[in-house]
Amino acid sequence: MSREAVLNLILAAGFLVFPLWAWMAEEPFLITLATRAAIFAIAGVGLNIALGYGGLVSLGHAAFFGIGGYAMGILASHAQTYTPLLEWPFLVEGTKSMPVIWIVAMLASALAALAIGALSLRTSGAYFIMITLAFAQMLYYFAISWPAYGGEDGLPIYVRNGFPGLNTLDPIQFFALVYALMLATIAVAALVRRAPFGLALNAARQAPERVRAVGISPYRLRLAAFAISGTITGLAGALFADLNRFVSPAMFSWQTSGEIMVFVILGGTARLFGPVAGAALFIALEHLLGGVSDYWHVFLGALLLLVVLFGRNGVVGILAGQEARRG
Amino acid sequence: MSLTLLVEQILNGMQFGVTLFLTASGLTLVFGVMGLINLAHGSLFMVGAFAAAATAAATGSFLLALAASIAAAAAAGAIIEVGVIRRLYARDHLDQVLATFALILIFSEGTRWLFGSFPLYLSIPDALAGPVTLPGGIRYPLYRLMTIGVGLVIALGLYLLITRTRLGIRIRAGEADREIVAALGVDISRLYTVVFALGAALAGLAGALVGAIQSVQVGMGEPVLILAFVVIVIGGIGSIRGSLVGAILVGLTDTLGRFLLPGFFRLFMDNSAATSVGSALASMLIYVLMATILIWRPTGLYGARA
Repeated sequence: MSREAVLNLILAAGFLVFPLWAWMAEEPFLITLATRAAIFAIAGVGLNIALGYGGLVSLGHAAFFGIGGYAMGILASHAQTYTPLLEWPFLVEGTKSMPVIWIVAMLASALAALAIGALSLRTSGAYFIMITLAFAQMLYYFAISWPAYGGEDGLPIYVRNGFPGLNTLDPIQFFALVYALMLATIAVAALVRRAPFGLALNAARQAPERVRAVGISPYRLRLAAFAISGTITGLAGALFADLNRFVSPAMFSWQTSGEIMVFVILGGTARLFGPVAGAALFIALEHLLGGVSDYWHVFLGALLLLVVLFGRNGVVGILAGQEARRG
Repeated sequence: MSLTLLVEQILNGMQFGVTLFLTASGLTLVFGVMGLINLAHGSLFMVGAFAAAATAAATGSFLLALAASIAAAAAAGAIIEVGVIRRLYARDHLDQVLATFALILIFSEGTRWLFGSFPLYLSIPDALAGPVTLPGGIRYPLYRLMTIGVGLVIALGLYLLITRTRLGIRIRAGEADREIVAALGVDISRLYTVVFALGAALAGLAGALVGAIQSVQVGMGEPVLILAFVVIVIGGIGSIRGSLVGAILVGLTDTLGRFLLPGFFRLFMDNSAATSVGSALASMLIYVLMATILIWRPTGLYGARA
């Protein structure tokens, strides 16, 4: 087993042991903290597929995070007020069922990612970064100025949505659910990377001309990667909304995009467990430094600057060393 | 809807566009010459506004406040260029985005630390406070008119600087081929510091000019930064002319969209629905404009390369 595989196992186990310990020590706040970290890790796993594997620097993944959040908020708000979502041409009711919400959130983000990706991928480099950012801003301003679902104030959901057989209001049970989803998305990411699709995507990142020369279209590869990436980040958005029982335009904000990117980079770009390590570190820093100073973002900024300038492979890279060359 | 109101809105759009140009021109200059994406450009805008507000509070002079905004932003720009940005030129865009994102965190929280969370106010000097009567009997705030004037003068000055001066020749040469320029004996790293400080100074001035219309607060730079991105994507990254055209286009589209769209939807909707649909669409309009232009020209109106 390589060093990275051992490290991944330790990360996965540590992510489980910490909340279990908090549960025994009756520290529900720490369980919630771990849940938040796991949700951010899912968002990061999503972005990592575009950013790490595809080399697509998207500064607009808040768009999918927010769409996932609003999918949950809209469905649950209709369910809690007993008003149908749509009466014509056929009746659509709101729902409080997590699996249904997840599917809707993922479908909606997938469609949005296809549309945004189809337009943005016509460009590359700096243009791509700015355009993805601009599309997320577009949705941000739309969410602010559309009054039906709370507008600028956001939309509270009074009771957390349900999952068959679980009491999701119990922090440790909700954590277990999020943790299982985190492992599932990591498995998807691992499959994507190892599949012929992932190999071609990796090749398209390194040498698009050669990929084109063997008859594969880099554009279609990237679009598919962008859609998968957005779908996973959308799922994280739905979970995040359920954690807070609140959706607001802030989920669409450019800071959210920046933070999701920070999870990926702090942990190690294109590493399977990079976003997990990055999100855990981010939440730990927020908790520890936030207790020391209200201005903890200064220290986060300084740390991030050091990682970018000097420690190029993130936490996983520093602990596990250079990735073994594949293929 | 009267013609007077329309002219007033067009002038508002021009004023908005001109302040966007001041921010966008620095961003596009830095990208064109150094190939750097600088997310912290909005922070320099904020630094300018805070420096102006603090100076105006201490001295009471608006002119000194404007000078302070330019000096403070240029100094902040030069410091981060020498300390951080310089190490990023050879890196890929991802590293640039992250490092400058980190700079935003440091600048924003540092400013909050120094000045607190409450907004500061920078008042318009008495001499510029009132409205003036334009030909046709339209009354319009003198300060906003002056802002348009300052912006256009700076656009002209920037054009002359780039096309007519030695510094401009070096900037253009640096854009084309940095190795050759360095081989010809130009101190390229000092040139980069100067260009970066110049861009920062323009952003700082824009911050001070806008700060007198809105409130001066932490986080005021980022919305402007994102709009400046839209502007330079529309205009073509690296093109000063593109950023002027893009800025005016964005300023007019945004202002006129907010003004006209609700009225347009009122033609076939009831009043409150028209207002909400109209204002929701108006807030997205510039992004729709950007998407449309990119479908038509993926490198912007005046852009040559990606």
